[in-house]
Amino acid sequence: MKPAPFDYVRPDSLVEACELLAADEDARVIAGGQTLVPMLAMRLARPVRLIDILRLGELTGIREDSGSIIVGSTTRQAIALQDPLIRKSVPLLALALPWVGHPPTRNRGTVGGSIANADPSAEIPLVAVTLDAAIEAATPDDSVSTPADDFFIGPMLTTIGMGECISAVRFPVWTYKRIGVGFHEISARRSDFAFVSAAAQIATDEEGRCLEAALGIGGVGDRPLKLDISSLLGTRLDAKSLTEAVMAAAIDLDATDDLHATADYRRRVAVALCTRALEDARDGANGGEPRGVAR
Amino acid sequence: MSADPSAFRFVSTNRRVREDRRFVVGRGHYVADVALEGMLHVAILPSQYPSARILSIDSSAALAMPGVHYVLTGEELVAAVDPLMNGLDTPNVKRYPLAVGQTRYAGEWVAAVAAETRAQAEDATEKLRVSYEQLPFVMDAEEAFKPDSPPVHPAHGSNVLLDKTFVWGEVEKDFAESPHHLSFRVVWGRNSTVPIETFGVAASWDPWREMLDVWASIQMPKYPDQIARALRIPANNVRVHQDVDVGGSYGVKRGIKHTVLVSHLSRRLGRPVRLIEDRLENMRGGDQHGPERIFDVDIAFNDQGIVRSMKMRALDNAGGYAGRAPFQLGKPIGAIVGPYKINSVQYRAQSVTSNKAVQEAVRGFGQSPTNYAIETAIDKVAVAIGLDPIEVRRRNFIRKDEFPYLIPSGTSYDSGDYHTVMEKVLTHVDYVALQKERDRLRASGMLAGIGIAACLEPSGGNSSFEPLLNEKNTTTTWMDSCRINIDGAGFVTVTIHTTSAGQGHETLVATVVGEVLEIDPDTIRVVRPDSLACLPSNTPVGSRMAIMLGGAAFHAAQKLKAKFIKIAAHQFGCKEDEVGYSGGGVAATQRKDHLSWADLVGIAHRNFHLLPAGIEPGLESTHVMQVPTGTKLPENGRVQMYPCHSFEFHVVLIAIDPVLGKPDIRRYVIGHDCGTVINPHIVKGMTLGGIAHGIGAALLEEFVYDGEGQMLTQSFMDYLLPSSHEIPKVEIVHHCTPSPYTVFGQKGSGESGYLGAPAAISNAINDAVRSLGISFSKLPIRISAISDAVAAAKQDKQ
Amino acid sequence: MKIELNINGVHCASDVEPRTTLLDALRDDFLLTGTHAGCEHGVCGACTVLLDGEPVRSCLIFAVQADGYEITTIEGIATSPGELSVIQDAFCETHGMQCGYCTPGMILTAHALLERTHDVSREDIVEAISGNICRCTGYGQIIEAVEFAADRLKKSNAPRRNKTAKIRSVGGHDAPERGILEAAADAPGTGPR
Repeated sequence: MKPAPFDYVRPDSLVEACELLAADEDARVIAGGQTLVPMLAMRLARPVRLIDILRLGELTGIREDSGSIIVGSTTRQAIALQDPLIRKSVPLLALALPWVGHPPTRNRGTVGGSIANADPSAEIPLVAVTLDAAIEAATPDDSVSTPADDFFIGPMLTTIGMGECISAVRFPVWTYKRIGVGFHEISARRSDFAFVSAAAQIATDEEGRCLEAALGIGGVGDRPLKLDISSLLGTRLDAKSLTEAVMAAAIDLDATDDLHATADYRRRVAVALCTRALEDARDGANGGEPRGVAR
Repeated sequence: MSADPSAFRFVSTNRRVREDRRFVVGRGHYVADVALEGMLHVAILPSQYPSARILSIDSSAALAMPGVHYVLTGEELVAAVDPLMNGLDTPNVKRYPLAVGQTRYAGEWVAAVAAETRAQAEDATEKLRVSYEQLPFVMDAEEAFKPDSPPVHPAHGSNVLLDKTFVWGEVEKDFAESPHHLSFRVVWGRNSTVPIETFGVAASWDPWREMLDVWASIQMPKYPDQIARALRIPANNVRVHQDVDVGGSYGVKRGIKHTVLVSHLSRRLGRPVRLIEDRLENMRGGDQHGPERIFDVDIAFNDQGIVRSMKMRALDNAGGYAGRAPFQLGKPIGAIVGPYKINSVQYRAQSVTSNKAVQEAVRGFGQSPTNYAIETAIDKVAVAIGLDPIEVRRRNFIRKDEFPYLIPSGTSYDSGDYHTVMEKVLTHVDYVALQKERDRLRASGMLAGIGIAACLEPSGGNSSFEPLLNEKNTTTTWMDSCRINIDGAGFVTVTIHTTSAGQGHETLVATVVGEVLEIDPDTIRVVRPDSLACLPSNTPVGSRMAIMLGGAAFHAAQKLKAKFIKIAAHQFGCKEDEVGYSGGGVAATQRKDHLSWADLVGIAHRNFHLLPAGIEPGLESTHVMQVPTGTKLPENGRVQMYPCHSFEFHVVLIAIDPVLGKPDIRRYVIGHDCGTVINPHIVKGMTLGGIAHGIGAALLEEFVYDGEGQMLTQSFMDYLLPSSHEIPKVEIVHHCTPSPYTVFGQKGSGESGYLGAPAAISNAINDAVRSLGISFSKLPIRISAISDAVAAAKQDKQ
Repeated sequence: MKIELNINGVHCASDVEPRTTLLDALRDDFLLTGTHAGCEHGVCGACTVLLDGEPVRSCLIFAVQADGYEITTIEGIATSPGELSVIQDAFCETHGMQCGYCTPGMILTAHALLERTHDVSREDIVEAISGNICRCTGYGQIIEAVEFAADRLKKSNAPRRNKTAKIRSVGGHDAPERGILEAAADAPGTGPR
């Protein structure tokens, strides 16, 4: 399984990378390679040129800026997993990252790479969509920011255009005092591509009333989806309210039918995992140890 | 022989497995490590269609690609080589390394490119232009069995390779006289052992020496013979290098088609040629799939749950060519009643061709699927009568005092103590507490079930199933051998005559020879000569090497001991029964005379004048051994299959979230009795590894074809191998019932765990969902299937 | 393209096509055949090597991307010719392999884990090796090997080496090595001091 031949170039700057991308429609970005290289090996992708951005300093690093956490696109997943800023300010991402692949793939795979790959069941895109993150991309002359929900348009399909290179993901930080998160996924084997995943973040006041709630699902349809659970605002997130909100949001979801799981399964489990994720988030916000926190 | 491990000095003690040392430093010698000067690399063009006529192959663009030396097609091969061996009497089902005139499954190898590098060969395969005419195809075994299904081999006339019914005992009478009957179907999905190393082979033809040198990741009886036969060359023109480490096989690495292909190319091109399957070539066209079998079972039993008779129809989907699939229906005949006293059996073995990839011998050679059917039957009897599944087994087990026990199909089980093993396991697991735990899980809202499986591991493989299914085959010899040489300096070297795939054979023979000669096994060197310098061997199949290699090594060592005694007695001037061998030396029992190891070596190697008459100089012995029992051809459809029968008893507790549907193995205990254990580490590894394979087969692994005949599970992204997360901690409970037929009482353990794990897991899941009125009768049991069935059942109840 | 790699502390140079993976370069160009190809699509882990002390799949890295790292292969683990590292010896002690094909990857993964900490639970080990598939052993004796090695390392006299791993432990600094008296106090059968 050797890839078809390609040229390899390592630009010195992001601008140069974008120019190279703009100049050749058969050029592709490579960073960690954890999703790209298997496709090259199976000759499902046949770029004529690979543009290696992994070492561009401009693209790595995690920082805070104007109420958001900016994660450079070539930040490796293993680094993000242990980053104190992310743990503190984007806890949903911190909770989801241990579910991304395996330790050796996280040592090499990047946050931006997972976003660009846009697998419908991938965890990082799911968190981005759930939290209304923005995907920032550089172009040869400029940059463009796209809300995550608009960025992912289909299975392995994004709005990234020719000449564009993802530069960062901007995660909004919730400034409430009491925030909890929940993340659940189900797959045949631990850390496989999930059949269904659910991500939730909730903020409550001192009485346990919901100030803000976000819920997203992955793996069910052809892209991660943010679900509308605005009916939970102001409620105490009791079992009845949660069930009603999840049922209303998850009804008539488009679900994939494949050799691993039926569409019915995906819909049914989506409801269950959404409920569990919301429960965990609620319990976490209200001060208890949330259930099901991964490590 | 003794069942007490302390009776031995080295056998049954915790000794390191010596092979491990080279592996931990990355110095295994695998076929991909073999680099030959001028070697060319092969890549394969697979067919796209499940069934198609090949109209033309245009190689011109491929040949023009950089580094390309040759393009080989089936048309050239069919003129140059003989078809690959087919054990059945089906002369019109011919198989060559590449498709000839017609492709019979999507992924079948159509052409081979030889180039300077593998990458260049792959580039060139993309430039091959093949013109196909699609033909009708059939994927399903029941469809293929029908006379009007499109025949995969038109010259054969139908898709039926084998349809043979055996009736052992008075089946109809037993059914008529039994108050209870039940019938069911179970399906074993197509999966395989899928080693991490794919199959690879390098061949080099020397026209001046007229010698074909072969290095391969091989586990195959009569490999050199089959190569020679296919290439139409004398068998002593083939030299297989057996010091190649095999990266896992568990039966499937028999790449005779790969070998003939590269050997032909080497002969044609005058250069060494190597083919290492990439994972795609391996999964869809390497012909290393395992059984895919439908069982229709009827059983007759009484109010006490005693099973009197069984009818079993086993329909297996062989794929595009015969391969070993039909014989994987035959070997289970040797344990067709499992560990039970079933009085009579009717067995119908059916093998059909279809447009799927070909099967190879998979660990257990059909026994694990058969055990899945038998153990499902026993559990169904338990439910029908209202008995605990433990109690039904207790009542049906062959008793310890009934051995050797002759089963209806003609095999005699050598020894066993199934009740004791079962009791030991139940005590260890605390069965009552386990049931309480299951009930507690159920009360908390989970589905929970306990699964039991009891089964045998026939071991000491011979090939009696071949004459049973093909009367023209009269093979009863299934030997193995060992040679020991003590050199002039007194150091011991043992040769073994097969490749190994991690079974620890070097450690095995060193332990056995050390035990007999009473010398430290670590001082014994074990080497593997090439096939021309070898004694006969039938390789590690059928869980045979502890018995056969162990036996041959034992006897060879005994011969040396006897020679020492002769030499010493002659020196002392006394009779042989007046001297004793001990710790490497010989002493006269009545006198003070003593000869040390060094003395004896010196006499044998240098003092011919001191040797007794008729004794050859030097200290060398060989032993070629036949399988202990089973020296006869079948009679009336009955035959003694393997000589020794290990036993395993599984108890599994599984919890399942009713919505998510994912089985979680909470407890796994296996009772294992393989007689005397020569090396405990090796046996433990086999058992744990076998259970892991079984978990994969039960829950995760399947080669899936879609309605268009395309294989969907082509890579490890879709064919799911268990990782460390999927395998629970397994507790092994030991027992030792020695075999009366082997030198230390040892039985085989190469298939242990795998033979009963799928049955145990299936039974546990069915126990968990029984109260909902549902059950699963096809492996693998996917989480989606569990969740969907539970949801449907709950809806029905509303 | 010309490449210059640091492999097991040795400077290695070659000229390869960009599409040559690090796996193939190690095996074919540098004759380090201890790293194995199992799937070439990043699932089985037989190709595992360490980059700056962290396990990665060498089949998913191109050789032209591998400059500037300290690459460790299985050939770089043994302490000297004929000797075994504590971890390699532990795998021999528990028979944590059969065919040996996944073993170099497993050992490197275990090595990286135990360089970080010797305090590992069974769950930590299971998670660490979850990216290395073994078809022979069912993982039991592999996990025992890593536990055995961790125990020996915890009690050994050798000081912990400066780690090259760029990814630090969760606490942000290394836990101090426990002295043998402390370790002995945890041994079963010891009473209060």
